[in-house]
Amino acid sequence: MSGAWNVADVVGLRDETPTARTIRLRLPVPVRVLAGQHVDLRLTAPDGYQAVRSYSVSAGIPPDGLEITVEELPDGEVSPYLVRDLGVGDQVEVRGPVGGWFVWRPEDDSPVQLIGGGSGVVPLMAMVRAHQMASHSSPLRLLYSVRSPEAAVFRHELESLAQASGTFGLQWVYTRTAPDGQPVGRLDAETLGASVLDSGADPAIFVCGATGFVEAVAGWLVDLGHAPDRIKTERYGGLGGAS
Amino acid sequence: MSEWTGRPAERSAEDDYLDGNALAGPLSEVFAIDITAALGTCGTCGDRRAVAEAHLYVNAPAKILRCPSCGGVLLRLDERGGRVILDLSGFTQLTIEVR
Repeated sequence: MSGAWNVADVVGLRDETPTARTIRLRLPVPVRVLAGQHVDLRLTAPDGYQAVRSYSVSAGIPPDGLEITVEELPDGEVSPYLVRDLGVGDQVEVRGPVGGWFVWRPEDDSPVQLIGGGSGVVPLMAMVRAHQMASHSSPLRLLYSVRSPEAAVFRHELESLAQASGTFGLQWVYTRTAPDGQPVGRLDAETLGASVLDSGADPAIFVCGATGFVEAVAGWLVDLGHAPDRIKTERYGGLGGAS
Repeated sequence: MSEWTGRPAERSAEDDYLDGNALAGPLSEVFAIDITAALGTCGTCGDRRAVAEAHLYVNAPAKILRCPSCGGVLLRLDERGGRVILDLSGFTQLTIEVR
């Protein structure tokens, strides 16, 4: 589905962290979501002023629903409204889901390595869910760098999945505060090398986070022997949703 | 449930750019297939990568896509008054996977 704007109903809201919220939308048409895609949201003020922002889809809810997860940026024009003020029963205009590059397709049976920084985990979460839904036998790993346990979006779902699943592996990197007994520090080349699937396994790799994070990680991955064309990146804020 | 009122965007950095990925929505109004997944060859430096990975500047009247390697203009998308003007002359080639 593409091309047209649809009026979507807000049918559910869930706080993920003190600053991130998941919004469930129902569209008037059937929706097919590829994991990693985004939607464009259009808001119109009473005076006609409009703003368009893009947000990664965190889950597809067949046949006509999807969820986006939005991180609030305090100075933002749109995100504080979506995180603080939007209510069930409200309507927003939606275009998409769109995007065919930063996507994981169930028919790809390669091992998958996901690397997320902060709320860059949102499109990766859609991939984790789709991979589990497809009952894939290939290994799936998520390396997730966050400031603190409290700042981790989807924390409980990810930990439950990692415990229950034989194929999904989860590793945390805590940059400011960590649970007792776990190290604190920024992700570096050494930790990355020790954590990610080996280049010999030729994994499909998806990296999403802040610009500096994405660029550093992509560079280290190439140094580790991963082929550049196996590494797909998306910069958090690179879709224009960060405001 | 309060109403969204908006306010003019005040972008902090003039040189702030998005991923070419963000063109997927606007281009979906024009093309039936997703062009952001296409591999584009830069007419200035010959670099070849996905449209989604190029740098998109949206602070001009038109959206401008630039080559991450050389900064050359790859694409201009001007949407005004119900009309789309798409200038792809910065690419020498687009390789599109047809599924």
